[in-house]
Amino acid sequence: MKIIIVGDGKVGMILTEYLSREGHDIMVIDKNPEVVENAMNVHDVAAINGSGANYNVLVEAGATRADLLIAATSSDEMNILSCLMAKKIGTRHTIARVRNPEYAQQLVFIREELGLSMIVNPEFEAAQDISRVLRFPSAIKLDCFSKGRVDLAEIRIPEDGHLAGHKLSELYKVCKEKILICAVQREEQVLIPNGDFVLMANDRIHITGSHAALASFFKAIGIFKQKSKHILIVGGGKIAYYLARQLADTGVDVKIIEQSEERCLELSEALPRATIICGDGTDHAILQEEGLASSDACVVLTGIDEENIIVALYAQTMGVSKVITKIDRRSFGDMADHMGIDSYISPKVITANRIVRYVRAMDFAKESDFKTLYKIVNNQVEALEFSIRQKAFYTDKPIKELKTKKGVLFASIIRHGRVIIPSGEDHLEAGDSVIIVTTNSGCINRLEDIFA
Amino acid sequence: MNYKMVGYIIGRIMVIMAILMCLPFIVALLHREDTIFGFALAILCQLIIGFAFSVKKPKNTELYAKEGLVIVALVWILTSLFGALPFYLSREIPSYLDALFETISGFTTTGATILSDIEALSDSALFWRSFTHWIGGMGVLVFVLAVLPKTHVTQSIHLMRAEVPGPQVGKLVSRMRSTARILYGIYIILTLLEVLCLRLAGMPWFDSLLNSFATAGTGGFCLKNASIAAYNSAAIDAIITFFMIVFGINFTLFYLLLTGHVLQVLKSEELRWFLGIIALATLCITLDVSHLYESFTEAFRYSVFQVSSIITTTGFITADYSQWPMFSQTILVLLMFVGAMAGSTGGGIKVSRVMILLKTVLRELRHQLRPRSVSALKLEGKLVEEKTFLGVMSYMSIYVLFFVVSMVLVSLNNLSFASSFSAVTTCLNNVGPGLEAVGPVNNFGSLNALSKLTLSIDMLAGRLELLPILTLFTPSAWRRR
Repeated sequence: MKIIIVGDGKVGMILTEYLSREGHDIMVIDKNPEVVENAMNVHDVAAINGSGANYNVLVEAGATRADLLIAATSSDEMNILSCLMAKKIGTRHTIARVRNPEYAQQLVFIREELGLSMIVNPEFEAAQDISRVLRFPSAIKLDCFSKGRVDLAEIRIPEDGHLAGHKLSELYKVCKEKILICAVQREEQVLIPNGDFVLMANDRIHITGSHAALASFFKAIGIFKQKSKHILIVGGGKIAYYLARQLADTGVDVKIIEQSEERCLELSEALPRATIICGDGTDHAILQEEGLASSDACVVLTGIDEENIIVALYAQTMGVSKVITKIDRRSFGDMADHMGIDSYISPKVITANRIVRYVRAMDFAKESDFKTLYKIVNNQVEALEFSIRQKAFYTDKPIKELKTKKGVLFASIIRHGRVIIPSGEDHLEAGDSVIIVTTNSGCINRLEDIFA
Repeated sequence: MNYKMVGYIIGRIMVIMAILMCLPFIVALLHREDTIFGFALAILCQLIIGFAFSVKKPKNTELYAKEGLVIVALVWILTSLFGALPFYLSREIPSYLDALFETISGFTTTGATILSDIEALSDSALFWRSFTHWIGGMGVLVFVLAVLPKTHVTQSIHLMRAEVPGPQVGKLVSRMRSTARILYGIYIILTLLEVLCLRLAGMPWFDSLLNSFATAGTGGFCLKNASIAAYNSAAIDAIITFFMIVFGINFTLFYLLLTGHVLQVLKSEELRWFLGIIALATLCITLDVSHLYESFTEAFRYSVFQVSSIITTTGFITADYSQWPMFSQTILVLLMFVGAMAGSTGGGIKVSRVMILLKTVLRELRHQLRPRSVSALKLEGKLVEEKTFLGVMSYMSIYVLFFVVSMVLVSLNNLSFASSFSAVTTCLNNVGPGLEAVGPVNNFGSLNALSKLTLSIDMLAGRLELLPILTLFTPSAWRRR
């Protein structure tokens, strides 16, 4: 597909990298000549120096024939304008990043009436990811398939738990629950395990199963944590606002510590159910006073990565059972892995992943039944959901008879709303949804692609 | 420096070069010539070395500007070293240095020869000699980028930038592979078109193919001792003149033409300058030489051919211009420096650089008269960035440096000033023939070994626009970072 990316900031850069690697023709537009130069040097893409809302620049970039334009500059208005112009010029689909909460309430109107294909709000998406983990805090990260019927959770194997040293084939004996370990990250290595695989302490594993099955599995191995009830949020930015709004609806007790008095006033006006504290959230005395140690969860969302990491580490040592940190810089994310920070989120990466998922679905929407995509384990593994509409060569046959490519795993089958963790004896049927986990990033676009 | 990746890419390229060398090998087989052995051995050598280097793909595939420059320089040197083998092994050119000079002259599309009797060569050797022009014209690496499967070398722009001439190198489309394919597609179609035209004008198939190779690469090797003059046909002269100019034009313009942007092509400032310079030079020379020929049209025929041949740095000859008046000769030497358009297969300083230089001079002049005035330096209606401008300036400095050093080394031959000067000019600008001792009816065979080596390096430096060759002599390029 021909894709134009307007604004090569952090999100633009990640998108350029992912999408060009997936084989799309990318044209980058940015106002800064150095950014343009860099984009061309590092990736196999073309780039133009100019404004994404300039008619001539858009035409030069090929907007007349492009399949998709993604506007990710720092300005909402600019993004919407670029999309509108591209649409009029002839681009088939447009995606805008719009983050101002003022526009957030009219997103549907903007999308429908202005003809945009998709609007991404990074802060809103990040808040959703955080609230999902807070509802199920045993996991480091949590993604959902099939409208929440199947969960894909990431956990770290505890040193003193029951899991370490067991073969996967013995797993059922240990925990008596039907779940499936679909990917293991051991230090820098990523593996799709088979039955003989032996788990070790500190492996990060990705498991699929229904919500209830996962909960009892966590209980069995002794890492289950109750849903967080008392949550402390440090930093009162946009993510904090969206998060508090989502959490307050579910009856959770939310406390936000924010430095700026003005912002505190705004927040308290918008979030009547939350407690707003005006003070420096990185101040140890204030954290103590506001009961950090007695909170179930602490979410650190200030604008500075370094402060976030330090506060998060402090909260972990104080025994807060769930700490989630926002880390913007990608290199810090890799470092945080080694520092023992469990859950961290990066709104930029989340945004980019959301867009990549949309592009993938759009690219193959015509003939395929592709539904969802998650990139897990630092984007080295993909989890994809497909629905099977009709009978094919792979249906009604035991899975063990199907020849699949290397590094492909059937993670779950959803049949009539029930989750099946497949063994070799199970089979696929027309009408099923199936979740595939693969290390062949970017290669699987249709269900047929997984067969050798 | 990522040695493993550099080795891997060079290995892949050697294999492809070996495959390309199969074409003259087939010619040798068909004509049952003695060169079979020479070609076979050269192909075998390249295959073995190529496969040895490219057996295992390295884990770290990062390429930066430095690697790009080094790869390009090494590839050109290696292909020349191996390309000379068939000439040497088959004893067609008994001295290896001479064979190397001839091959480098071929790959760099210079067209300067050390042979006094070209017609004595076998058909396969002649074919290979002209074919090197065609490969070198668009570039070895651009070809490789076009034929290799998806390499996942995302930073391939560094390779292209080091090989495609011009102050600014961009892509036609997003993907490097598609860009390379489009370039070669246009190149092949234009070449075939010329072959057809020449055949219709009465040239034998073999001759028209070889002469088309030489025109397409703006090289100048002809299979006749008297060059194009040997055919003595006005139609052939006209066809070759037309195609020489065509191959001196920036290939981006052909792409724009193909995609229907005719207006943009007509608006191209560089194209107007290029055609303008050709028209002006032709006019001056026609008037200057008209008394030497029977009619004005005849004078026009020879001068327009020679002007196009020199400015596009092809170097075909239809008239012995060393017999022309000094004024005409001087203009031809000036045209050698100007060269073709950026992004074409031609050599020289390039019209766009000349434009930037002249515009800078004018701007400085204005600035001296009105110190407070501010005027933007524009090319093709766009602001010339400081980086591009500095690039042109440093290019010129290095150019002068190369020129002076080579001139001193070549002067050891004790030839006349005009001979040494024009020998360096013609090689550094990839033209071919020079004046006097290296003029249109003479050749480079009489020079000593040192001069041949110096001029060989000059030809490579000229084709690759100086910097890649210079980086090979920079210690920091070889450091492991």
